[in-house]
Amino acid sequence: MPGLGGRFSTVIKAKISRMLDRAEDPSETLDYGYQKQVELLQNVKKGVADVVTSKKRLQMQSTKLEQQVVKLDTQARQALSQGREDLARAALERKTVAQTELQSLDQQVTELEAQQEQLTENEKKLRTKIEAFRTKKEVIKAQYSAAEAQVKISEAAHGVGEQMADVGLAIQRAEDKTEQMKARAGAVEELEAAGTFEDITQLGPAQDDIDRELASLGAGAQVDDELAKMKAELGSGEGDAPALGQGEKEGSA
Amino acid sequence: MIVRVSGEGQYRLPDEDRERLNELDNRAVSAVEHGDETGFRELWSQMLELVASDGNALDEDELIESDVILPPRDVTFQEAQGEFTGEGLIPDG
Repeated sequence: MPGLGGRFSTVIKAKISRMLDRAEDPSETLDYGYQKQVELLQNVKKGVADVVTSKKRLQMQSTKLEQQVVKLDTQARQALSQGREDLARAALERKTVAQTELQSLDQQVTELEAQQEQLTENEKKLRTKIEAFRTKKEVIKAQYSAAEAQVKISEAAHGVGEQMADVGLAIQRAEDKTEQMKARAGAVEELEAAGTFEDITQLGPAQDDIDRELASLGAGAQVDDELAKMKAELGSGEGDAPALGQGEKEGSA
Repeated sequence: MIVRVSGEGQYRLPDEDRERLNELDNRAVSAVEHGDETGFRELWSQMLELVASDGNALDEDELIESDVILPPRDVTFQEAQGEFTGEGLIPDG
């Protein structure tokens, strides 16, 4: 097959050959092969664990963003109840940015979760194959001449090698994905550091760099809609939102 | 013939499927080369369907090399376009 499958087979097979070539002394192929497989299995386990760690970190990032969204929404309401539409608009713009990032982050965490599940499944398969290899090598040692054994063991080693290369590939893909996500999460953190999600009451109405950037993100329509909705809510007798900076007071009466 | 779906496992397919799979595969590559993502998606799912309908999963302790290794089920169009050439997707370590 010269196509996708063919190309993919070629790439994986090249990797298996490199892996198997490391068995320098052919007479030791059997035991060395098994030992090498057990070693590589440790790498695989570590790879899977790294993916899990990255995923957890990104989930924490996502939780933080969720809190930002709630906070900015509250600030927008407070600003509006005090007639500061400019501040409310600024808060809503920031909220839109945070929401967009949150959606993308959540989707990617879900994808990563699926990949992780499959990785764990494949790691199990690899373990089963390595165990089968161990049994097989004892049978081969006992039953075959050196020359025959070489052929038999090469087949079995390729069988394990293919699974090994495949799990390696899956780890690589999951790692690439977490790298992309980390880059995105990093970009959000930079926005945060630049004060994008800072307490809105600290910001004047003047257009700073962040405001210009936010405006250029085209969040306009959504912000307009939300602002209108908020105004309607406030206008319909729910206008007793706490004043800016006053915090929660209910329950103290 | 033995077919592996990368990231999933190996399947035993009747040899008669070789031609069909090969044909779908060639058309998928052609779609990729023409930048036709929809066509690629359609052909790719037909390939997976063929493996699912005609293939029997190998026992996990079978140590057999595959005749064909297919990309991961969730392969992206971008991956199909570029990264299956050379060593792009496979770590060297």
